[in-house]
Amino acid sequence: MQTLTLAAILLLLSSFAFRLGRKRAFAVSAHEPRSLHSLPGYYGSWVALWCGLPAFAVLIAWLALEPTLVRELVITDLPAAMQTLPAERIDILINEVRNAAQGHATANPDLAAAAEHYNRLRQVSFAAVTAISVAIALAGAAFAYRRVQPALRARPRVESSITVFLVASSTVAIFTTIGIVLSLLFEALRFFQMVGFTDFLFGLNWSPQMSTRSDQVGSSGAFGMIPLFTGTMLISLISMVVALPLGLFSAIYMSEYAQPRVRAVAKPALEILAGIPTVVFGFFAVITVAPLIHSAGEMIGLSVASESALAAGFVMGITLIPLISSLSDDVITAVPHSLREGAFGLGATRSECIRQVVLPAALPGIVGGVLLAVSRAIGETMIVVMAAGLSAKLTFNPLEAVTTVTVQIVTLLVGDTEFDSPKTLAAFALGLMLFAITLALNVVALHIVQKYREKYD
Amino acid sequence: MTLNVVLPQSSTKVRATALDVHYGDKQALFGVDLDIRAGEVTALIGPSGCGKSTFLRCINRMNDLVEGARVSGSLTIDGSDIYDRTIDVVQLRARVGMVFQKPNPFPKSIYDNVAYGPRIHGLAQDQAELDDIVMTSLEKAGLLNEVKDRLLETGTSLSGGQQQRLCIARAIAVEPEVILMDEPCSALDPIATAKVEELIDELRENFTIVIVTHSMQQAARVSQRTAFFHLGKVIEIGDTEQIFTNPQQPLTQGYITGRFG
Repeated sequence: MQTLTLAAILLLLSSFAFRLGRKRAFAVSAHEPRSLHSLPGYYGSWVALWCGLPAFAVLIAWLALEPTLVRELVITDLPAAMQTLPAERIDILINEVRNAAQGHATANPDLAAAAEHYNRLRQVSFAAVTAISVAIALAGAAFAYRRVQPALRARPRVESSITVFLVASSTVAIFTTIGIVLSLLFEALRFFQMVGFTDFLFGLNWSPQMSTRSDQVGSSGAFGMIPLFTGTMLISLISMVVALPLGLFSAIYMSEYAQPRVRAVAKPALEILAGIPTVVFGFFAVITVAPLIHSAGEMIGLSVASESALAAGFVMGITLIPLISSLSDDVITAVPHSLREGAFGLGATRSECIRQVVLPAALPGIVGGVLLAVSRAIGETMIVVMAAGLSAKLTFNPLEAVTTVTVQIVTLLVGDTEFDSPKTLAAFALGLMLFAITLALNVVALHIVQKYREKYD
Repeated sequence: MTLNVVLPQSSTKVRATALDVHYGDKQALFGVDLDIRAGEVTALIGPSGCGKSTFLRCINRMNDLVEGARVSGSLTIDGSDIYDRTIDVVQLRARVGMVFQKPNPFPKSIYDNVAYGPRIHGLAQDQAELDDIVMTSLEKAGLLNEVKDRLLETGTSLSGGQQQRLCIARAIAVEPEVILMDEPCSALDPIATAKVEELIDELRENFTIVIVTHSMQQAARVSQRTAFFHLGKVIEIGDTEQIFTNPQQPLTQGYITGRFG
C-alpha cells in the first residue's frame, strides 16, 4: 500500500516534469517554435523520462532486495543460540517473526523482540527508499530541465527510449517460454536420474507408484510412456477424422456456395462453438455421448467401455471444427478471384473449379491449419480428463477406455504431492515430451505453409 | 501492319441486338447493337467505365458470376441465343474462350495448365492425344520452344509475358470458336506485348477474336474492325482503318485524337 502511494507520487512528479519541460521548451524557443529541433511535447517527455525512469529503477531494485536484506539483519540480531540452528529451522523462526510483526501474538519473548526489530527495520528502509527515489526524481528532472535547448535532439532520444520499452515487452514472452522449457527440462532430468530414459521412452507399462518401503505390495512402479502416447494419438486421430471433413466441408460451403446472408449468420454461429469452454464439452461427452455410444454398441452386440476413446475423440473433434473451418475459410477466400475466373472461363463447373483449382491453391494453408488443430488435439486436457478414463491400456481399439498424456499429468499432480518422488517428476517428463511433439508439429506446419505457398500479388 | 490489306467480307459470328446490362440499380450497357465477324479481330475501345469489358463478358456469360447482374436483349452466336434457357453455360464457355487482364495461370505445372480445359471437357481419348493437344496449343501460342524442357514446372514460375501466352495456350487448347481478350497486354512490358500482338494476328486464321484495349495503337495494330464505346453505348463501329483515319462521329474523333478519355 505504502509502495503504491510512493509509485503514485513518482508518477505525479513525472507529469509535473512533463509540463515544466514543455513550458521550458516554449520559453527557450522565444515563441519561435520552428527554432526548436523537436515538438515541445518531446522536450516535456524527455524531462519526464529523466524524472521518472531512474526513480522507478531505484524503487524496483528496493522491492527486489528489501526482503532478503531485512531478513539477514533480523537473523544477525537473534540470540546466538537461535542463529546456529539449521537453515530450515531458521526459516520457520523468520516466518513466526513475520506473523508476530503483523500483530499475531507469539509466546517467545526473543521472537517478539525480533518482530519489533523487523517492523522498525522495514519502516526505516521504506523511509530511506522514499527519500532516495524522490530525491533522484527531482535531481533527474532538474538535470534535464536545465539542458532543454532548441538544439537538443529531444525526439530521437524519447523515441529510442520507447524502442527500449517495446523490445523489453517483446522479450517478456520469449523469456517466459525459455523459463518454462528450462524448468521442464531440469525437473525431467531429475526424473531420468531415478527412472531410465529408455524405460520411460519405450516402456509398455504405465503404473506410476513408488514404494516407500522395499517390502510393500506393488512396490515396483512402471513409467513407460508408450501406452499414454498411443492413447493420445488414438484420441487425436479420432478427433481429426471427425473434425477434418466437417471443418473443411463447412469452410468450402461458407466461402464458395453460401449466400452472403447465410454466411453472415452461419460464420459467427460457428465461431461461437469455438467460444464454448472445453469443460462444457467435457460433461457433454461424459453425460450424453459416451452413454449413447455405449448403448449403440450394445444394440449391435459390441462391448463398449463406458468411457471410450471414441466418445472423447468425437467430442474433441467437434471442438476442433471451428478452428479448421475458420482457418481453411480464410485461406480459401484468399485464393485470388482471377484464378476462379480463369477456370470458369474455360468452362469449369463450380465443383470442378473448387476441387481442381481453388483447393490445390489453398492446400498449404489448409495443411498448416490441420497441423495446428492436431497439436491442439494432442495438448487438449479437459475433455479427456472427463471422458477418456484413467486406465493406461496399450490398445488401438477406439471402443475401450484409454488414457492420455495430459490426463496422467493431471492425476499425477492433483492431491498431495511430494516433489522428490518419481511419481510427481514423471509429470514433468511427460510435459517435456508433449512440448517436444507439439513444437515439432508446429515447426513442420510453418515449414509446409511457407514452402508451398504460392505468391500472389 | 494489317491496315492496308483489303479485307474479305466475312459472315457474322456474334450478333448483339438491343443488349442491356444492369448491375443492381446501375445500368452498364444501353441497347448495344454490334456484329462481330468470323475470322477477324474486333477491338473494343473507349474510356474507362464505358461498358466495353461488360460487353465482352456477356459473350461468354461471365457476368452470370456477378451478383445482381441482369442481361436483357439478345446475343447470338451463329444465330442461336446464348441466353436461351436451353444453353448450358459450361458448353458455351468451351466454345468461347477468355484471356484475362492479368495473367492467371493455375498453381499447377505448365502441362497441367494447358491440359486443364481438354480434361474437364473430355477432349482427349488417351494420354497421347492429350500430349498432342498440349504441344500443339503451346506451339500455336509461340511458347513451346521456351518451355518444352520444363513442362512440369509450375506455371507461376514463368515471366509475366510467358504467363500470358500460357493463358492463351490454355484457352486455345479447348479449340474455342471465339476468344475474348480483356486488356491482355496491360500487365506486360513492351517486348512481351509485341509478342502477344503478333500471336493475336496469327490466331486470327483459326479463331474469331474480340479484344478490349486501352491502347489505341494496339487496336490499330491488331484489329480489322473497331467499335468505340462511350457511357454504355456503341458510338461507332467500322473498319479499323476507317475509324482511325476518318471517324464519322465527333465523339469518336475526340477520343482517338486524345481530346478526352
